[in-house]
Amino acid sequence: MKVTFPHMGHMWICLSAMLEYLGVEVVVPPPTSKRTLTLGARHAPEFACLPLKLNLGNFIEAAERGADTILMAGGCGPCRFGYYAQVEHAILEDLGYNYRLVVMEPPQKHVGELLSKIKYITGHSSWWEVIRGIRFGYQKARMVDELERRAHYLRPRESHRGSTDKAFKRALQEIIAVKHPRDLPQAGERVRRIMAGVAIRPRPVLRVGIVGEIFTLLEPFANHDLERRLGYLGVQTDRSIYLSEWVNDHLFLGLVRGLRSRKEACRAAPPYLNHFVGGHGQETVGSTVMYARQGYDGVIQLLPFTCMPEIVAHSVLPGLSTGLGIPTLTITVDEQSGEAGLVTRLEAFIDLLARKKGVV
Amino acid sequence: MTLKVGIPRALLYYYYLPLWRTFFEALGLEVVISRPTTKTILEAGLQNSGDDVCLPVRLAFGHVLDLKDRVDVLFLPRLVSIARREYICPKFLGFPDMVRHGISGLPPLIDPNLNLYRKDSPYPFFVALGRNFTGNRLAIYLAYRRAMHVQARYVQLLEKGLFPEQALGVLYRGVAEGQEPGGGGPAVAVIGHPYNIYDPYISMNLLSRLAGSGVRVCSADNLPETLVREQATRLPKHLFWSLGQRMIGAAWHYLQSPDVDGIIHVASFACGPDSLTGELISREVRRRGKPFLNLTLDEHSAEAGVVTRLEAFLDMMERRQFLPAGESV
Repeated sequence: MKVTFPHMGHMWICLSAMLEYLGVEVVVPPPTSKRTLTLGARHAPEFACLPLKLNLGNFIEAAERGADTILMAGGCGPCRFGYYAQVEHAILEDLGYNYRLVVMEPPQKHVGELLSKIKYITGHSSWWEVIRGIRFGYQKARMVDELERRAHYLRPRESHRGSTDKAFKRALQEIIAVKHPRDLPQAGERVRRIMAGVAIRPRPVLRVGIVGEIFTLLEPFANHDLERRLGYLGVQTDRSIYLSEWVNDHLFLGLVRGLRSRKEACRAAPPYLNHFVGGHGQETVGSTVMYARQGYDGVIQLLPFTCMPEIVAHSVLPGLSTGLGIPTLTITVDEQSGEAGLVTRLEAFIDLLARKKGVV
Repeated sequence: MTLKVGIPRALLYYYYLPLWRTFFEALGLEVVISRPTTKTILEAGLQNSGDDVCLPVRLAFGHVLDLKDRVDVLFLPRLVSIARREYICPKFLGFPDMVRHGISGLPPLIDPNLNLYRKDSPYPFFVALGRNFTGNRLAIYLAYRRAMHVQARYVQLLEKGLFPEQALGVLYRGVAEGQEPGGGGPAVAVIGHPYNIYDPYISMNLLSRLAGSGVRVCSADNLPETLVREQATRLPKHLFWSLGQRMIGAAWHYLQSPDVDGIIHVASFACGPDSLTGELISREVRRRGKPFLNLTLDEHSAEAGVVTRLEAFLDMMERRQFLPAGESV
């Protein structure tokens, strides 16, 4: 059994850490690229959202490297993500790929369904080992998120253009290389040292919150490397959801304390959006409210074309923006979106924020 | 003076009008329905809603605008879930908020949550709804009973083969039920959301156009709920969209039915659920080889294009019937 999974930002690092720790053979799909998108878009339904197309492309490319089992998450709607696996599987089947599909669904009847799937993938590992594996993966997720946060802080302030990214890449390798939980603390030290080596210059920066659909938030290929671009424009960004927060909210049901949680975001959404709308629609609205209260200079909403929950959120953002006095920009991505258009819009938006703040 | 309640002729109007209308009238309110879709109504909707929003919801904005100045309150229920463990679509969950923040100068909105995700009875919804107008619980209960009764009769008429407009005619305008149009002519199943296929303006008279070409037309709503659901259980996983269930279940049924010669799938441009259910349907149809037409509607659709495609589809069906089985066209 050679297990693969879709890419979503740096998720592969913690997933393969967990699976390999448990002795599962893993095939990480090649990094998402233009080719991935072309393959996915060719075979996926035209109006499916971008994540589905990229997932599909990942699976086709992973099959070329010998993967035969797909591990992915499911859901119970109303967002389309809950039915991705089934549609993708039907498409792959018609294309002649013989994939086994293991979907981690939130248990509908009893938790045994979920446990048996975990057992299926992890084989002979004991439950205790499985828990340690999950913990290992999760710790890596926390480290990667910490690293990203640090990069968001450094990029607009770095003395030499590109030094943050260089350090980031090196630090990421340190995390990836760790094969056993006991080596994590030392790796953490090394990562901190590497990042501390980036020279910075104090200067006024803009603070922008990034909200929206989780896949587009986390996958730099999907959002055209938005955070890096903003960093270079002198903007310190904060993302409304990081991977470890998402994992804690959705898989651990909030077990880990002290992390930002979706609950606060949802509580902040009324009166703009009074009900959950699936996906991260309500969180998007609520996080925007929270960024406004924290004095951020602006908010950017990211969504894949036709994403239903985000379209609902988008419909109420203009009113929110006027009401709370925080400028918002919505960026929709799909296989047609080009870089030049994005850059122009970003520059115009940042220009506006800078003028408003008087830091031109 | 009696209070006027506005109901937009959009979204689930074609499913639930008798239910809503009977309930309000039993409580002594006057029901005002927005006028049938016109270019003006659609354009008003387009101007007041975001570019990325799908056609049916933008049209619903137009119908809200049509009612805005003619009613005392607007009835825009938040339809979270109309069946256990199912939803409709995220936009139905957010619709009242989208309208509230998209249109200014609205009369008060009545937007109770209808959420049957974990419940079976819609009664609490009607209690919450009725309380806006009366404190008399008995009156609410009786109005609810009456509404459910009329709704059941409406569903019966649909299952007899009538389409919503005809069934509403029977219920409210005393039109005779009429006999099912028997006889020859090919039969086509039109699979699509009620707000697309039954709105003559949006569907460009698809149903009457088909009937005019001598085609017998049926839709998902002519099938009993139990049958549709049973068919839909053949999916690898329970489908969590109620409307998607109906469409898939009906498609599966009509695919196997020897009396149905072809299938037309109608979707709105960029409709989320349609993008996946439509994909599953068209893959299955291709495997079975029944004539199939996939029509995508949006505000730019031109009549000529739709007519051409329909004609081509009908031609193909006709030709298939003269060919011996097994030969492909």
